[in-house]
Amino acid sequence: MTESTEFISGATPAAPRFGFLLPLGLALLPVLAALVAAGLVLLVLGSDPIEYYAYVVERGLLRWRGLQATVVNMVPLLILGGALIVSFRSGLWNLGIDGQYLLGTLTAGATAPLLAGAFPAVVALPLAMLAGAIAGALWALPPALLRARAGINEVISGLMMSLIAASLTAAAIKLWLKDPTSLEPQTLTLPVEDRLPLLADTDINIGIFIALGVVIAAHVLMMRSATGLRFRILGLNPLAATHAGLGVPRLTLSVLCLSGALGGLAGAVELTGVLGKMQASWHPGYGFAVVPLVFLARMNGWAVIVFVFAFSVLQIGSASAATRLGVPQDFTMVLVGFLLLFLALSEYAGERLRARKV
Amino acid sequence: MTVPSPVVSLRDVTKRFPGVIANDRVSLDFFAGEVHALLGENGAGKSTLISMLAGVQRPDEGDIAVDGAAVAITSPRHALSLGIGTVYQHRMLVPTLTVAENLMLGAPWWRRPALGGVRARFREAAAAFGVTVDPDARVENLSLGEQQQVEIIRALWRGGRLLVLDEPTAMLSPKGVEELGAMMGRMKALGIGIVFITHHLTEALDFGDRVSVLRGGRSVGGITPAALTALPRPEAMAEVVRLMFGTGLAPAEAAEGGTHVPRALPSTKMLEVVGLSGRSPRSGSSFEDVSFHVRKGEIFGIAGVDGNGQTPLAEALAGQIAATGSVVLDGRELGPASVAQRYQLGLRYASDDRNGEGMVGKLPISTNMVLKEIGAAPFWRRGIERRAAIDAHASALFAAHDVRAPSIHTPVGRLSGGNIQKVLLARELSGSPKVIVYSKPTHGLDLRNIEATRRRIHETAEAGVATVLISTDLGEVLALSDRIGVMVRGRLVGIVENGPEARLEVGRLMAGITEREAA
Repeated sequence: MTESTEFISGATPAAPRFGFLLPLGLALLPVLAALVAAGLVLLVLGSDPIEYYAYVVERGLLRWRGLQATVVNMVPLLILGGALIVSFRSGLWNLGIDGQYLLGTLTAGATAPLLAGAFPAVVALPLAMLAGAIAGALWALPPALLRARAGINEVISGLMMSLIAASLTAAAIKLWLKDPTSLEPQTLTLPVEDRLPLLADTDINIGIFIALGVVIAAHVLMMRSATGLRFRILGLNPLAATHAGLGVPRLTLSVLCLSGALGGLAGAVELTGVLGKMQASWHPGYGFAVVPLVFLARMNGWAVIVFVFAFSVLQIGSASAATRLGVPQDFTMVLVGFLLLFLALSEYAGERLRARKV
Repeated sequence: MTVPSPVVSLRDVTKRFPGVIANDRVSLDFFAGEVHALLGENGAGKSTLISMLAGVQRPDEGDIAVDGAAVAITSPRHALSLGIGTVYQHRMLVPTLTVAENLMLGAPWWRRPALGGVRARFREAAAAFGVTVDPDARVENLSLGEQQQVEIIRALWRGGRLLVLDEPTAMLSPKGVEELGAMMGRMKALGIGIVFITHHLTEALDFGDRVSVLRGGRSVGGITPAALTALPRPEAMAEVVRLMFGTGLAPAEAAEGGTHVPRALPSTKMLEVVGLSGRSPRSGSSFEDVSFHVRKGEIFGIAGVDGNGQTPLAEALAGQIAATGSVVLDGRELGPASVAQRYQLGLRYASDDRNGEGMVGKLPISTNMVLKEIGAAPFWRRGIERRAAIDAHASALFAAHDVRAPSIHTPVGRLSGGNIQKVLLARELSGSPKVIVYSKPTHGLDLRNIEATRRRIHETAEAGVATVLISTDLGEVLALSDRIGVMVRGRLVGIVENGPEARLEVGRLMAGITEREAA
């Protein structure tokens, strides 16, 4: 059975020939509705929606430089998407992902410049990434233990850990890891020639392959492997997990730590690819941009790639549009918000339609 | 004692639900200052009777009379205003509020009484009933018995005259039962009538002034106060056991499920359980020091009222919960073997909680068929699933067990109860099972599927599988089992060879008559 029949349409193999039209409509209609609704908001703000959309697409997708920026922008979002797929499919809500990302970035920022001085980049960068992943997993451990041992909700403790992470990373950089030669509080800088290599004649580093690999691996792990099935059963029916003899506490720990490790990896890949150093004020809040995208994609890895790409186009395009047309850059999130709302409505409508047929 | 007229009477009350008659022309009288003990097995119609008295449901035929006049009780509030208070088996107080605050709930805020008044009235009522509970104590800090006392006072808060107690002793310690008895004595002296529902025959005779027996939805008789005082205790017991379990009174019931035919069995012990004790962390119910064996091809029935430790026993056998003691499967001590290991060794468990734990509703039939073998060959190789093998396995079972579904890829959650049961049995019987533990296998199924499931159980046992059949349906246990064990309060209180006398024997054990008392 393919992924789409299981999670998107719910259709059985015996569905009629044009049975795909309804699910397709249910997927496209909300996108259209979101564009129209966001367009109305633009009108109220005094901008021409057609002009805005055209500008965004041109800057974020059609121009070669814009497209490169879009792809580079996708890297941390994709890896975080992979982290959330693992967590959400297992029915656990790792909303501490931003904290794990920050710890991963900090660890890579602290280790990569030193490792690059001692080893060739081929060895140094993977080691820095591994260190970042371990840091992320460790940062996910307290909420995971609380959840596994005492049943304490991982959402609240995860969010708290993110707040602590923001302060802790800033303090660590200012107190211990500051580059003494820099005026800004930031870690040592990884020399440009030691960073992840770029694809020929572009600004795109090979981090995009790592990112795509992580999303696809997370998807395959969850959908095709024995471990992934155990994780999913934990999410779909924890009682059945116990009944089938799966150790629920151990699975809970594994899921949240794996998700945390990927969160840390996202920071390490971005640091070794683009940032080169971590500044004390660095707190991009990627997690909250990725959470709705993973929901829109219904936790499907392939769909996450598509949605992250579209979101990146919007982000890069709207950054240009902000200076040119005076529409705030955060308008992207308005569009994402509308999309979520209309997708939820179409989901509901789809359920009703199917229920009527049966 | 003069002959008073009843406070509340049921007159030919009938209540039907789709496919069953829960109460069939039941007539009972409840008198002031009298404890009326109501006995009956699971499904005898006690719960329905209570819900009609409490105003939750209304009779289809017949009527309920209060002080001799027929009344249609339209709501629980109405029942309370008529003076009928009900205390259910499960506690219904808000644990984080104090006793007095709980008693204030229910009235609209503008009519809510002052806390001081509630406190004073509670103390007064508590003193009258011989109870010492602090009205300012938080409910979660009270024992179950104390919580029940609070609920009784609440049920009588607006001047109740008839108190309905639904299995009030089920959750109480022996001391709590004693206190409840004393409290009922005080209430009786104040002229309050009490309907006392129980499974335990000894309690009914200890506390009841009058005993009635419900069976299969009908009131099959009872013992009047005069007869009860005149009869010596063993004879009263024998009479009630005859009413509850005796054959001849309900021929329709005896016919259902067919009758047991004695079988010749090999002497090989396939499963031997010695001194097993355990406790379910989820439900908190437990079982203690259970020992029995099951021979190859034998069906060992375990009878008992729901909640007497059968479920944790089954879970411990399956390896789902930890237990102390010994379980020997085909000569091999299982020790702490996991669920998957036990499954592979041939010990299978068909849970009654099919949707809750037995199946993952959103996963397809094919995956659910291998739920207890995740990661094992041939369905997984190096941790990656092999769909062809999983699908072939599912297709074979799908046909063999006559599952009615669009395909093996249909999510199990979309199937009917009967088909879910077929998928579950297909999984548990696949490969080479040696021992299978069924927990209430026909619970919640329609007639056709009940029939199919019982046939499957019988055939599997005939094929040599040692079978443990846990059921609260005594008819089912009697129809299928070779020997029958009875569980009461977590202990296996006796084992009976199936035969013509088995129903009475099992009934005696279930009703709580220990050998000492019967002698």
